[in-house]
Amino acid sequence: MKYRLKSLAIAGLTSVATLLSSAVQAVEIEYWQYFFDARVEAMEQLIEGFEAENPDITVKMTHFPYADYRTKVAAAIPAGEGPDVVQLFYGWLNDYVEAELIQPLPADVFPPAKIEEDFFPMVGAMREGDNYWALPTAVRSLALFYNTRLFDEAGVDAPPTNLDELVEVAKKLTKVDGAGNLTQVGITAGMTAQDHHWFREVLVRQMGGDPYTDDYRTVNYNDEAGQKALDFYVGLAKQHKVTAFGFMDEPQAAFKAGRAGMHIDGSFRIGSLNGVRGLKWGVTELPAGPDGTRSNYSSYWVNAITTKAEGERYDAAVKFMQYVTSDEAMQIWLDVVGELPAKPSVGMTDANANNEVFGPFIRGLAYANTTKFANESAQRQAMVDMVSRMDIEGQSAADSIAAAAAEEQKVLDDYYK
Amino acid sequence: MTLYRDLTIRQKHIVWAWAFLAIPALFYGIIRFYPTGTAVLISFQNWNLLGSRTWAGLENYRELWNDPVFWKVFRNTFAYLLIGTPVSLVLSFIIAYHLDKLRFMHGFIRMLYFLPFMTSAVAMAWVWRWFYQGVPIGLFNNILASFGIAQIEFLNSTTNALPAVLAPAVWAGLGFQVIIFMAGLRAIPTSYYEAARIDGVGWWTILTQITLPLLKPTMVFIVVFSSIGFLRIFDHVFNMTTNNPGGPLNATKPLVLMIYDTAFNGFNMGYAAAQTVVLFTILLIVSLIQLRLLRSE
Repeated sequence: MKYRLKSLAIAGLTSVATLLSSAVQAVEIEYWQYFFDARVEAMEQLIEGFEAENPDITVKMTHFPYADYRTKVAAAIPAGEGPDVVQLFYGWLNDYVEAELIQPLPADVFPPAKIEEDFFPMVGAMREGDNYWALPTAVRSLALFYNTRLFDEAGVDAPPTNLDELVEVAKKLTKVDGAGNLTQVGITAGMTAQDHHWFREVLVRQMGGDPYTDDYRTVNYNDEAGQKALDFYVGLAKQHKVTAFGFMDEPQAAFKAGRAGMHIDGSFRIGSLNGVRGLKWGVTELPAGPDGTRSNYSSYWVNAITTKAEGERYDAAVKFMQYVTSDEAMQIWLDVVGELPAKPSVGMTDANANNEVFGPFIRGLAYANTTKFANESAQRQAMVDMVSRMDIEGQSAADSIAAAAAEEQKVLDDYYK
Repeated sequence: MTLYRDLTIRQKHIVWAWAFLAIPALFYGIIRFYPTGTAVLISFQNWNLLGSRTWAGLENYRELWNDPVFWKVFRNTFAYLLIGTPVSLVLSFIIAYHLDKLRFMHGFIRMLYFLPFMTSAVAMAWVWRWFYQGVPIGLFNNILASFGIAQIEFLNSTTNALPAVLAPAVWAGLGFQVIIFMAGLRAIPTSYYEAARIDGVGWWTILTQITLPLLKPTMVFIVVFSSIGFLRIFDHVFNMTTNNPGGPLNATKPLVLMIYDTAFNGFNMGYAAAQTVVLFTILLIVSLIQLRLLRSE
């Protein structure tokens, strides 16, 4: 009893001491990301694991709706209100480095040579000078989703492996009503979704082109390869009539509703497709080009340490960064969110690379390219307008792609001037 | 304290008046005028919200002048105004004029007209967006298809998209304008109508010689009110075209949507602020014309 009282008193004293000297004893760092159920849940698990390993550090997570995220982060960090560790889209990094809102990762803990050895090559975009500025936990790539029920119905036994097969399969899956209106499309199409990535990084390359030069500062798709790619893409709707732009409002909606045979989308779509009742789907690698070229687009969200983190908060933030880029964290992220591990050592394990669902995405990472966007929505708009001009105004591929290249080049010039 | 005591009663009144006026004055100063002034300032600067602001002089305005998208958007904005305002004015007057004469279920029908005005614009825009889709989901096109008529591209078109987006906006504002018109009609003294009827005047003469002239203040109010509304149209357009904000090839993009896009997708605050100043100027001119018209009454 006496002992217990004593220990209670000591406990009380220590807690008072902790309160008074909380800055010395326990460090609290703040972490921000945007709200997406699975991401928040995965991060909660990671924080729990991290705090168990580092009892003197607590991590407070704050999240916002995606629509407000970029504005809130941009407003908060300069005001000194923001997080110590922040999640950013890879395309935003330049702005944050330039505005001195994030600091480089220490080279002794994150040696660039080791990172280049461990991570998938596209993470190299996060290096500037002798340091890495941010690192991802997970990456995303594209793949071809297909509706197995519609495949069976049309008597197609295997998903297409190249672009010619894609067209043939799509034709079998397309349905038209008496008035000639499409009621089921072979493949979804719409530059507003993921197709602009498919066009830029995959189709243009497969037709023998190189979409950008000069480290993504100069548009280079305004050539024969680009025209071929565009003709193929718009031809799906105009020539082969296996799709319509804006069919059922959004490509993913048409696929979810079972009105589309095939659909190109990112790995982040897996979670929401899993929840659709009555939809049976499979996934395969993006079809290869005429000469067998494969390509893919990959993007990712990174974590970075802000300039707000100083002293022991900085040390704690570094430890947290180490933890969220560990193999263990990547596996948790894959299991909970369905996003792909950023390191081959985790992604390319037999279990992951041959996984029915994740496999095609992970295999796609090996040959993926990452566009360095200056202003993704404006650059996407150039692609959307390019297709609209052909679809609605009947412009030729050559004229339309020339106009798109000029429009996108202006966006790049404005940004890099 | 003695300072206050030495004042005359009249001066004390003035002090109190200013004390009470200070609250709205402060409110307007801090909440309205300060941000407005800052916006004008930013329009002469370059700022991406993250870094520091740098002076740009008139560069943003020069860019705006040379931007073909801006002129497209400018035309769209005035198309919303020049189609939307007369159509909603005529429709709401016709409805109000007949509703005013109607006794049967008057309250219920009036409520039906007013209902869209109370509905959230976002929800309404999404429902209309669904109406406008193609076969197999869109309501209008499914009806057309069931009669074997080829479907119409409502939103995925450079010519149909703007009227299609405008229609629900007109419909939503109709209820409010009907109520205002009915109030205006009720305010006209019945003795005028009685006198006219004794003189044996027809309904057309009554309408054009009595009703419409006496409704002029009501009409000026509605025109100005709905003009400002159409010049600032945003939520209908944005929600009906979220995938491709502003419709195909900017067919439906109004000025406010361009400002939003420049500011919160492009993070080009200086350029967005310059657009805001232009919009502000347009609204100011419209409001000044309104004051002019009202004064002439």
